[in-house]
Amino acid sequence: MAKYIAGRILLIAPTLVAVILVIFFILNITPGDTATIILGPSATPEEIAILEHDLKLDRPFFVRFLSYLGDVLRLDFGRSYRNNLPVFDEIFAKFPITLKLALFSVLASMLIGIPVGVISAVRRFSFIDYSLTVAALFMASVPAFFLGLALILIFCLGLGVLPSSGLGAVTSYILPVVTLALPSSALLARMTRASMLETMRQDYIRTAKAKGAGKTRIIFKHALKPALLPVVVVLGSNFAAQLGGSVIVETVFGLPGLGSHILRAIRMKDTPVIMAVAILLAVIFKLVMLLVDVIQVNIDPRLRGRFVKREV
Amino acid sequence: MELARKSRPKARTLLAETWQRLSKNKAAMAGLIFVIIITLLALFADIVADYGTKVIQTHPLERLQRPSLQHPFGTDDMGRDLFARVVHGARYSLAFGIVCTLAAMAIGGALGAAAAFFGGAVEAVIMFIADTISCIPGTLLSLSLMAVLGPGLKNLMIAITFGGIPIFTRIIRSIVLGIVRQEYIEAARAAGVSNLRTIFLHVLPNAIGLIIVNFTMNVAGRIMAASALSYIGMGIQPPAPEWGAMLTDALKFLRTDPHVVIFPGMAIVITALSFNLLGDGLSEALDPRLRD
Repeated sequence: MAKYIAGRILLIAPTLVAVILVIFFILNITPGDTATIILGPSATPEEIAILEHDLKLDRPFFVRFLSYLGDVLRLDFGRSYRNNLPVFDEIFAKFPITLKLALFSVLASMLIGIPVGVISAVRRFSFIDYSLTVAALFMASVPAFFLGLALILIFCLGLGVLPSSGLGAVTSYILPVVTLALPSSALLARMTRASMLETMRQDYIRTAKAKGAGKTRIIFKHALKPALLPVVVVLGSNFAAQLGGSVIVETVFGLPGLGSHILRAIRMKDTPVIMAVAILLAVIFKLVMLLVDVIQVNIDPRLRGRFVKREV
Repeated sequence: MELARKSRPKARTLLAETWQRLSKNKAAMAGLIFVIIITLLALFADIVADYGTKVIQTHPLERLQRPSLQHPFGTDDMGRDLFARVVHGARYSLAFGIVCTLAAMAIGGALGAAAAFFGGAVEAVIMFIADTISCIPGTLLSLSLMAVLGPGLKNLMIAITFGGIPIFTRIIRSIVLGIVRQEYIEAARAAGVSNLRTIFLHVLPNAIGLIIVNFTMNVAGRIMAASALSYIGMGIQPPAPEWGAMLTDALKFLRTDPHVVIFPGMAIVITALSFNLLGDGLSEALDPRLRD
């Protein structure tokens, strides 16, 4: 198992190089205007040429790509074009806010989505199932920014119980977390329902029924664990997606996290910051997916068998 | 005689059978009806309200009016009729939803099908690229594309399409993988049918149900992604009546004139919900395990 994990961590490297290449390529589709954005519209062509030379922007694409790759290997991510500070100092100052948002919202979406999905599956084609299905599809159809605005309208302006923007007390996290959690809990509920129904069709469930196991016992003892296998994958990718998707929610609620940081960087075409955030998020994505696989192996004895064989 | 004719078993096509089961699903039918209404509104938006005078031209004297008979959704801060703007906004959203999903499906589908069909090095390379792009959060990817390409309809469509390609590559690959392993494909290959002919005549028709379901479910996602980019000012720019862009300054009006926020927002929700209901109903109707 340890060998497997080490191997997977090593495999992150080629993906990272490819991620860097993709983002680097996208940011270089239209070269040349980076210096103009930094210096402003009043800059003379000479000033732009000097700055482009300083930032090595006048070199060919692959030379810049390789030199950036070399910098990254030495863990040097460069300085922000905006304020000339090392990019990672700022990113690490903003990251905890976004990390908290993503963690809490994944937790909340689990607590809502999984029970809802199980109830839907167990009471299939009942009134409850139909209502929960329509409710889940409705929540999955509300864009985060509109949900955020609606929550502000109800809880801040209507009831006046929660702060609408900025970062003060713990309560200022409630609405952003709910905004992120509700749509993903809806998807999670759909996923859990489908997976649960699929599991209930398996032969071992029929065996359990034939042996006279009660319905509750079948659901919780036999069906829930294997049914949660694909759900764990969704949870993992949701967490990673919410780290990146925090852009919208942080904009609505005025939170100074990684999301608003990326947005500002992108507006200014602040390449070093965009690259560093993309690398950070890609590494986290890969690690979370590895964690998902490890969790799956621990849930599912069928998968565990594979590793035991390999070690022998 | 009459009885015998009635009891003769009918040969039902997959289409007829799917439709029969879909039409029993009230939520899915509601979704389908709304999809049709929204499509008609988008097609005939110019008859509902003139673009130049109603949607773009400002009327300072009529600003921020509450909904009334004359302005069913009220007016915005420039005095423009919100109903006219929401109706014209449907054009943008359907364009993103349908065109971008189709494009992403065509490109991603071709890649995924090729990966599954040919296997080996082709599959390894295609899936490595798809995996790489999936590592970058979709929002970050489309934001970076928009930052570079600049705002505008065409660029937003490119960015929105691009974000959907890896998902479809993966989905269609797994769909095709399931079919390629079937015996009838082996039979076709053994009979010397060419690759292209096998793909189009034997693989695609058997995949079409799952492809339609994934298409419908994805439309809602593309619509919401496009409106989110416009909302933060990286997509369609005002004064164009894109639903997300209409909410950009929403916080200013939330306290005093919530109708400015509610109508465009609900337009997104209803459109996305209609496609989601339809897609969910289709996936149940096409599920072979539920067939009687």
